[in-house]
Amino acid sequence: MSQSIYEHIDLRRHYRRRQRTNRIMLALTGLTVAVAVVPLVWITVYVLLQGGKYLTPDFFIHLPAPMGVAGGGVLHAIEGSAVMVLLASAIAIPLALLAAFYLLARPNTGLAHTLRFSTDMLAGTPSIVIGLFGYAVIVTVQKHFSAFAGGMVLAIIMLPVVLRSAEEMLKLVPPELREGALAMGAPEWLAALKVVLPAAAEGIITGVMLGIARAVGETAPLLFTALGNDHYEIGKIISAGLRYHQSPGKILGTIFAQPADALPLTLWKYAQQPYQERVHQAWAVAFVLMLFVLGLNIAARAWLAYRRRKMFTS
Amino acid sequence: MNASHRPWRQRLAYHFQHGDVLWWVLLFLSAFAIVGLVLWIAWQLWVQSAPSRHAFGWNFIWPWVKPVWNPALDKFQAWPAIYGSLITAAIALVLAVPLALGIAIFLSELAPDWLRAPLNSMVEMLAAIPSVVYGLWGIYVFLPLVVVPLGKALEPLGHVPGIGIFFKGPTPASGFTRLGAALVLVIMILPTIAAVSRDVLQAIPRSQREAAMSLGATRWETIWKVLLPYGQSGILGAIILGFGRAIGETMAVTMVIGNSAGGGYSILKPGYTMASIIANEFAEAVSDMHTSALMEIGLVLFALTLLLNALARWLVVNRTIKRA
Repeated sequence: MSQSIYEHIDLRRHYRRRQRTNRIMLALTGLTVAVAVVPLVWITVYVLLQGGKYLTPDFFIHLPAPMGVAGGGVLHAIEGSAVMVLLASAIAIPLALLAAFYLLARPNTGLAHTLRFSTDMLAGTPSIVIGLFGYAVIVTVQKHFSAFAGGMVLAIIMLPVVLRSAEEMLKLVPPELREGALAMGAPEWLAALKVVLPAAAEGIITGVMLGIARAVGETAPLLFTALGNDHYEIGKIISAGLRYHQSPGKILGTIFAQPADALPLTLWKYAQQPYQERVHQAWAVAFVLMLFVLGLNIAARAWLAYRRRKMFTS
Repeated sequence: MNASHRPWRQRLAYHFQHGDVLWWVLLFLSAFAIVGLVLWIAWQLWVQSAPSRHAFGWNFIWPWVKPVWNPALDKFQAWPAIYGSLITAAIALVLAVPLALGIAIFLSELAPDWLRAPLNSMVEMLAAIPSVVYGLWGIYVFLPLVVVPLGKALEPLGHVPGIGIFFKGPTPASGFTRLGAALVLVIMILPTIAAVSRDVLQAIPRSQREAAMSLGATRWETIWKVLLPYGQSGILGAIILGFGRAIGETMAVTMVIGNSAGGGYSILKPGYTMASIIANEFAEAVSDMHTSALMEIGLVLFALTLLLNALARWLVVNRTIKRA
């Protein structure tokens, strides 16, 4: 009667089998990580090697050469990207910050929950759909494609990225800071802008950098808002404006009213052309984009990590 | 001194509580603006797609209606594009989920500290690479080296009854196929699923792991029998999120899928997805009905991703992270 109920199981074999499963599965888990690293390294190294080959100084300072002619650059795309991303930042960053301040002040109201939900939905909306929206509300109304329309849709792309990180960063600021400012007689907005915002500024900047990196790499929403423009050259627009004594506002208007190109848009158009020079330039554009986007990402994250360490050690 | 005798600037400042009323109005307006933006997008897609919705009705999306995509005759039917989105996303999901779960488990449970930070940032890098760069690499490197040989290897399955229609060859020599798009999508949705699942696993209380370990479970048993069941709804949410990403992904897919409205059901043929047909045809749409039909595809795409994202958000936030 003193026999164990486990007598019919060989406990040692059972134990060995469990150990074996454990080892195999943990090894497989490690393997999945190795498998995921392969494409990352493959793409990065390939693009950097291939693109680096075709990168010349001309590439940055010239407009495109005619089809099939060697030489030429992508100045139009660099300037177009810069103009549209600047416009997008000018709209998305203040709007996202104000909304983040709302979430900070009233975190649990119905509007706050709806806002968080909308932000997540906006982040998940396919960028091509946002392009359709930009076409419907800007291009069809203005009746022409423009850098303005492109900048506006990029602002919608940036908005959720900046808003999410800004909310997180504002929450990290100790409430005593704001309360202290209020106790000193500062109105709410002064406390927010001069005390809370500077305290969270470094964190918010990382969010802004991520948002810019996202906007610079986007192509789909620009396809039928900015459309593309091989002759986009800000220098020429400005000098022509000055020659005709136009006001700065008018010149700025011309810059935004024209269709524009962007780096990813150029990459997309060049990638499938039969001319070898264009394909080579596409690789060079990929090189520049990759360096810019990954550089911004790495810088943002490294800075965040550095700041965290500083905060915990001091 | 009576309030009404103060200088007007002071009265104004007092009335607006030294600017706070204005500040609150601004905060409310921006919060409302963002909420309104989502509604406005939906409204615009609804309005712009009206001609197509009236002309084709529900037949626009049903799979059993004979597919036709003819801009010259203004006859449109979206099923091939919807099928393309679903099949590429489904294949991508089947391949990406085990990989992503492995990565999430490794990052959250197994990785030594010195390895965790670089691997985390690597996963995030994978998500940050612009879609067009994936597309370019896909066309010139991935399709010829991986997809074409793989497609050739899968062609014999085309003779198997039942599943044969999914593998009808021959694979185009360029490699522009639904299979190619699906495989590129695997790489692109991997970081999304991995990162969210990692967060879900990390939100599980330590006591769960300690209890399992103290009962003599091995590490794998702890993961497989305790942590994964505990986080299952969050992980399901991560998978749905990945599905939404895959359906909405545009540029890389447009560049490798070959853009053809035909192709039947075979994954070894070029096709369209909802996003790629819009990207490819919208700027050159020949008629108002063509534009409207593409807007309706955009509407379907928006509704589908909205639904998937809302479901995923509910699963991740409400059922997992808040509970933990």
